[in-house]
Amino acid sequence: MRHILFSLCAAMLLALTLPAMAQTPSGPVQTLLQEHSALIEKASRKTVQPAIDALATSGLPAAQTVLQKWQSKDMWLRKDQDGFFWAEDLGDKQYRLYDFDTDQPVGDYDKKALKQLKPNSGVRALIGVALVQFQLSDPDPIRRQEALTAIKRDSAPAHLAPLRASIEGETDPAIKARKEQLEVLLTLRFDTDDAARVAAIESISKDISLDARAALNSLLTSSIKYAPAETANIAGPVEPGSADLTVEAAYDMMVAENAATALPSAVERKTFLSENIQGGLVGGIPVAQLSTQEARDRAYATLNPTWSADVSKASIVANAPFFRVYAEPSSAVTTAAEKALNSINTRVGFNQSLDLLLDGLSLASIFFLAAIGLAITFGVMGVINMAHGEFIMMGAYTGYVVQQMVPNYTVSILIALPLAFAVTFAAGVAMERLVIRHLYSRPLETLLATFGISIALQQIAKNIFGTQARPLTAPGWLDGAWVLNDVVSISYIRIAIFVLALIFLAVFLFIMNRTRLGLETRAVTQNPRMAASMGINPDRVNMLTFGLGSGIAGIAGVAIGLFAKVTSELGSDYIVQSFMTVVVGGVGNIWGTLAGAAMIGFLQKGIEWGNPSNTLAAQTYMIVFIIIFIQFRPRGIIALKGRAAGD
Amino acid sequence: MRKSLFARNPSVLIFLTCLALFTLGVTVLSEAFGTDMISTSFVKTLGKTLCLCLIALAMDLVWGYTGILSLGHFAFFGLGGYMIGMWLMYERTRDIIVTSMANNPIPPTDSEVVAAIGNQIFGVVGSSDFPLIWGFSHSLTLQLILVVAVPGLLALIFGWLAFRSRVTGVYLSILTQAMTLALALYLFQNDSGLRGNNGLSGLQNLPGLDDVPQSVVSIWFLWASALALGLGYIFAAWVVSGKFGSVLRGIRDDEARVRFLGYSVEGYKLFIFTVTAIISAIAGALYYPQAGIINPAEIAPIASIYLAVWVAIGGRGRLYGAVIGAAFVSLVSTWFTGGQVPSIPLGFYTIDWVDWWQVVLGLSFVLVTLFAPKGIGGLFDLISGRTSPNRHGQDLGPGAGSLQEQEAES
Repeated sequence: MRHILFSLCAAMLLALTLPAMAQTPSGPVQTLLQEHSALIEKASRKTVQPAIDALATSGLPAAQTVLQKWQSKDMWLRKDQDGFFWAEDLGDKQYRLYDFDTDQPVGDYDKKALKQLKPNSGVRALIGVALVQFQLSDPDPIRRQEALTAIKRDSAPAHLAPLRASIEGETDPAIKARKEQLEVLLTLRFDTDDAARVAAIESISKDISLDARAALNSLLTSSIKYAPAETANIAGPVEPGSADLTVEAAYDMMVAENAATALPSAVERKTFLSENIQGGLVGGIPVAQLSTQEARDRAYATLNPTWSADVSKASIVANAPFFRVYAEPSSAVTTAAEKALNSINTRVGFNQSLDLLLDGLSLASIFFLAAIGLAITFGVMGVINMAHGEFIMMGAYTGYVVQQMVPNYTVSILIALPLAFAVTFAAGVAMERLVIRHLYSRPLETLLATFGISIALQQIAKNIFGTQARPLTAPGWLDGAWVLNDVVSISYIRIAIFVLALIFLAVFLFIMNRTRLGLETRAVTQNPRMAASMGINPDRVNMLTFGLGSGIAGIAGVAIGLFAKVTSELGSDYIVQSFMTVVVGGVGNIWGTLAGAAMIGFLQKGIEWGNPSNTLAAQTYMIVFIIIFIQFRPRGIIALKGRAAGD
Repeated sequence: MRKSLFARNPSVLIFLTCLALFTLGVTVLSEAFGTDMISTSFVKTLGKTLCLCLIALAMDLVWGYTGILSLGHFAFFGLGGYMIGMWLMYERTRDIIVTSMANNPIPPTDSEVVAAIGNQIFGVVGSSDFPLIWGFSHSLTLQLILVVAVPGLLALIFGWLAFRSRVTGVYLSILTQAMTLALALYLFQNDSGLRGNNGLSGLQNLPGLDDVPQSVVSIWFLWASALALGLGYIFAAWVVSGKFGSVLRGIRDDEARVRFLGYSVEGYKLFIFTVTAIISAIAGALYYPQAGIINPAEIAPIASIYLAVWVAIGGRGRLYGAVIGAAFVSLVSTWFTGGQVPSIPLGFYTIDWVDWWQVVLGLSFVLVTLFAPKGIGGLFDLISGRTSPNRHGQDLGPGAGSLQEQEAES
């Protein structure tokens, strides 16, 4: 009870004494603000700078708060007394003012007794620039990072000085590196000393990052001007009529500079003619005859004697002085930037070819993966299986179904891989027993029969899973990419596929060269009767081999489904390329398939690189190239020789 | 004394009679004639089917008689359609443009008309200039020559390259399929000059014949298709009936032996490949004005494989088999996929034929390949009592088709 009484008394006492305390505080910031009060109260973008500078360079701990509150329109004055404060809204139009120096409340006031400072956007921007230095030295590293990102996104000359000042005291090495990098980029753009800029440019001439290239490119922005001033930083003359400057544009430029008189365009002349039809005649020529340009010109010349069809814009602009002019006035800087950019571009080109190589490698491993099952069924056994693509699709759908049941992506992929093998192995064995076995002596009909199976399987998949693409999501640890620098990067999925392709290659080699099945398969494919008389059951071997090839297609399907859309047409997208891979590489030889996949993959990426807008065109040229390639090496890159060749 | 072509091939006369009766019947029952028993759209379907029969005939020549399983003949079919489509579209657009420009205060110049046509045709692919390949599109004669020349030349070059390097069997099939795929992918590009995947449309409207109703136009095209099919049939029968045909069959059965006998196998193959490509192109040029639209999807490799399916189901190695196969399968396909066949309720599942027809087609194709390599045409052998000898036992010789144990004993 006593406590409550006591605190009540204390509260009353406080309430009584508050107005008494409400005199103008005299902390150092307050003093500073008072000195510049005239400027601050009537802030305008042109005049306020000394006040902001005084605050920013004062080194007072409260300066940052002042600037922030000022910028966010939270600085208040009392109408009858001096002093700047920040305020807390107590509701009901009552505000409690706080002193900047001490953060102590000064008193509660009605809104009518107060005046809020509302700096305009120009002033706020100036305050923002001044605030940068505080953010750059903020004790919180995240705030410092944010400040750097903000400066990088929208840099201004004024950022340079605070940035430089903040580097010295930076403790975090990563942020310090970023600051130094940014300092160079800002120096080369905004420093007032050309020598410093040139030095900065030279210091980044080995940096292939996007930022460096963007900074250099922004230095080299240029425009085409007609007869630029003597002092302009000229890059070189421009020929009208070239790709950079059309004759029309050049002429328009001359007209804009009053160096030529405007000539009406054909459309304008036509409009003029149609406005001047009088009794079926224009300039004495019947309208019906105006269906040639020559007649129209004649009519127009009659109405406008000063105009002549012979005046050619091309001849007027031909010898006129058109120059490409840099926006940057200093020629030393542009020369250095030009040089640095050239050296960077060489490096970028090198890195791009490295990236292209990685892309090609990854495409090649995809083709190899899609084709390796075919290398067994078609390459080794000689069976054309047009349903191979549908086996790939079945594998992908198996992965999808497993993911529906097992929510953990890593586990589901681990289950899906063997399950896809099992499903397509079974399908392959069934197909071999039911259809292909009866057609070994009729290869063309195998093609047709398996095609029939292919369209049936495709339609069944469509009926079960619908036509829309189904997602097969990669586990989280396969997300993202391995980034070497701004140019070279490769996603982890593609690395995984590359590794998978290598594993398959090893498995294939092991089975074919080191196991009983491989031995029997090779024997049966070379000479079934002789193999049979040695005690090998060719039917069983064919069945197992075909199942193996189909099973591998299923696993490939899971892998392909991870980056491609799983649809019923997934397989048919790969079937022609897969056959091409095997044929180009050389039938009956896994190294040939590897070579074929590598060639097709790298070549397609190469063509795409030469013609980046168009993957369709790349595929077209690729196939045309393969057709021509087959002319010169009909048996593929690695051709079997002798009896193994089969004829 | 040599007997005449028809005497040697009685089936030609029978076929031509059937074709004539069919055409006459459809004409009499059509809307144009006034009886109104067959709708115009169905007349068009029948006319298109005749065109498909014609290309099936070409396929039979090249596959059934010469043993080249080409999976690229629909590319030639499509090219033929594109060639005639260019003229149809150009002239039709020109008519529209000229009519709309007639109201302008000042008559348009020729270049203005052409620019407006270009804008109209290529607006969908974000262009307005005529590509070089449209250079002849203003002239029907030149474009008709191109119908024959472009696919013919493509087949000639491709065939020369392929046959010269002795690509045979399944390799050739895959190569032709690759060619088709390449062509389709090329045409899918917007800057191919043929309107990318929009294709050419409005082809059913014949320029200058706006007054003629579609019912009459459809009958004209039916006649033209029937005429082309009839002539094609006679030509094919003539090609395969003589010594030339024997060489073709020889190449199919054993290419190496024919080569050893001194025949220029490559020449024969090249000839038949090119000629059938031209026949396919003519069929395409008649087909697409009836279909009204052509786009690159028509050329996709799958279409050419379906062509092989038709011929196989109809019975390859006999001309009427190909025609029957194409007509039967394409009409039944239209029937099933058109949703006119009642669904079969199984209690737990309803079989909707629109969804399941492909499955049936695929599986029946497997069955035909396995159990009835002669196809539907084989039924005629049953009627005429021409059955192949009942062969049992293993082959005696190295290859398929050699004498077998029981034959050798008897």
